[in-house]
Amino acid sequence: MVRMTTRTYAIEVAGLRKSYGDHQVLAGVDLTVPAGSVYALLGPNGAGKTTAVRILSTLLPADAGAVRVAGHDVRREADRVRASIGVTGQFSAVDELLTGRENLLLMADLGHLDRHRAQLVVGRLLERFDLADAADRRAATYSGGMKRRLDLAMTLVPGPRLIFLDEPTTGLDPRSRRDLWGIVRELVADEVTVFLTTQYLEEADQLADRIGVLDGGRLVAEGTAAELKRLIPGGRVQLQAAGNEQLAQLVSQLPEAIPDAETLTVTLPHDGSLTALRRLLDRIEDDGAVTGLAVHTPDLDDVFLALTGRPTDEPSQEMPV
Amino acid sequence: MSDATYAVRDSATMLRRNLTHMARYPSMTVMLVGQPLLFLLLFVYVFGAAMGASLPGAPAGDRGDYLTYITPGILMMTVASVSIGTAVLVATDMKNGIIDRFRTMPITKPAVLTGHVLGAMIQTALALVALLGVAFLIGLRTGASATQWLGLAGLLVLLSLAMTWFTVALGLASPDPETASNLPMIFVLLPFVGSGFVPVESMPAGLRRFAEHQPFTPIMDAFRGLLAGAPAGPDVLLAVGWCAVIGLTGYLWSRRLYRTRAAS
Repeated sequence: MVRMTTRTYAIEVAGLRKSYGDHQVLAGVDLTVPAGSVYALLGPNGAGKTTAVRILSTLLPADAGAVRVAGHDVRREADRVRASIGVTGQFSAVDELLTGRENLLLMADLGHLDRHRAQLVVGRLLERFDLADAADRRAATYSGGMKRRLDLAMTLVPGPRLIFLDEPTTGLDPRSRRDLWGIVRELVADEVTVFLTTQYLEEADQLADRIGVLDGGRLVAEGTAAELKRLIPGGRVQLQAAGNEQLAQLVSQLPEAIPDAETLTVTLPHDGSLTALRRLLDRIEDDGAVTGLAVHTPDLDDVFLALTGRPTDEPSQEMPV
Repeated sequence: MSDATYAVRDSATMLRRNLTHMARYPSMTVMLVGQPLLFLLLFVYVFGAAMGASLPGAPAGDRGDYLTYITPGILMMTVASVSIGTAVLVATDMKNGIIDRFRTMPITKPAVLTGHVLGAMIQTALALVALLGVAFLIGLRTGASATQWLGLAGLLVLLSLAMTWFTVALGLASPDPETASNLPMIFVLLPFVGSGFVPVESMPAGLRRFAEHQPFTPIMDAFRGLLAGAPAGPDVLLAVGWCAVIGLTGYLWSRRLYRTRAAS
């Protein structure tokens, strides 16, 4: 049975806890990732995403819990885990004094590939990541998107079966982000398991087979994008206030509403029914206070809003680590 | 391949990377080697005549005597100066996350740091040869035998190994490369508060007490003895002892930091 488990799941986490002093970053996380699938850990800054990746990739010891990656215990068999994984951190970990090709060859040497195979793999990755023209320039001269691509290519040199991507598209322009998504999809086609963290709901929706919503160190929901969307049947209603005064007025009348002072709007979870909409409108005393109304069908943003009581762009209470 | 073969291969890979860094960032190498060289010329030609005259027991009491007197201090300073570069390189690796990348790979553990240490030792050796070359050109006189030269070389290698492991630890402990370049400055200045440039006997009581007992003094005294061709005294043993203490502290501290410290 144990063999079965190791083959079926690339990642098995049970009761994972981690604190820094009094500050609890992970408060008991359980999750499993089937081999060959994409799992997205979704959460705002400070939710504990990076800490989770650092523990799963053997960089940090956990305080408590069982963590098996690629069938091995991350503490007791760290080197076996390392032989199966590739990690792309939040910041491009490329050697800027080396050229793109040299960076990749460095990874090949450290991955103990023989010369011939190293040249082959490196050449192929340079082509695939659109870096062939810049291969012999120092990485210091690369743009942000190129560095990210090189970073990911470096992760792939030893041929890992499981890769961790910690916020792979943070700070990238939309085009580079789409390029990176394409690359992740190709990896999936090669049956590589991908564990990624992201603050972008769209990214999780686009790439992941399963999504875990992490908030305050806990998984507050888990499932496919469709399953998560089903958690709130109706999406949300957004009301446009006429001015600051009216915004304050709306907030006092609708305590569950989340105001946005910049756009002068309030957002409320909504189940999609006319009855609920009518009841909501009845609660607004002054019709002139509202200049516009929009009903949104649910997307992952709504899931996040409903699960955590906060929109996604607001950091959680926890301090970032 | 066995674990030992991998350890050698990984260390060689990391060493190659560090040598490439030195070749591509020559201004740092020039600065680190140039600084002690500049001090040598400054002290010999600006202060040399005045200082030489007041050296106790110097035969002629001239510039040449002072050159002979300060060469050990300058050698010490050279080793310390190059080790600043190591601290900066290590801190840079920590800062940009590449050490984290290495730590998630199945690389033999000490290889990453060993690469830095070996690279720095090669750089130190080149710097020391250049420095001694200049010292001889401007008139260094020694009475050292071949055995004593070997002893001197051995002691310099040991010192360089010790200092480099210590500065690797400083580099790992530093929050950024700037701090890493400042912390080891103390080692460049320490020869002054020791027997490097003036005899400790000429210092006021409190300072003299420190100067006599700080680790660099016996090491510089041992260099001086070996260069002069004097029989190896207790200074050599004390020097080896201090190098062992500095090196072992640095090694254990580095190993611990490498395992535990997360990149900022």
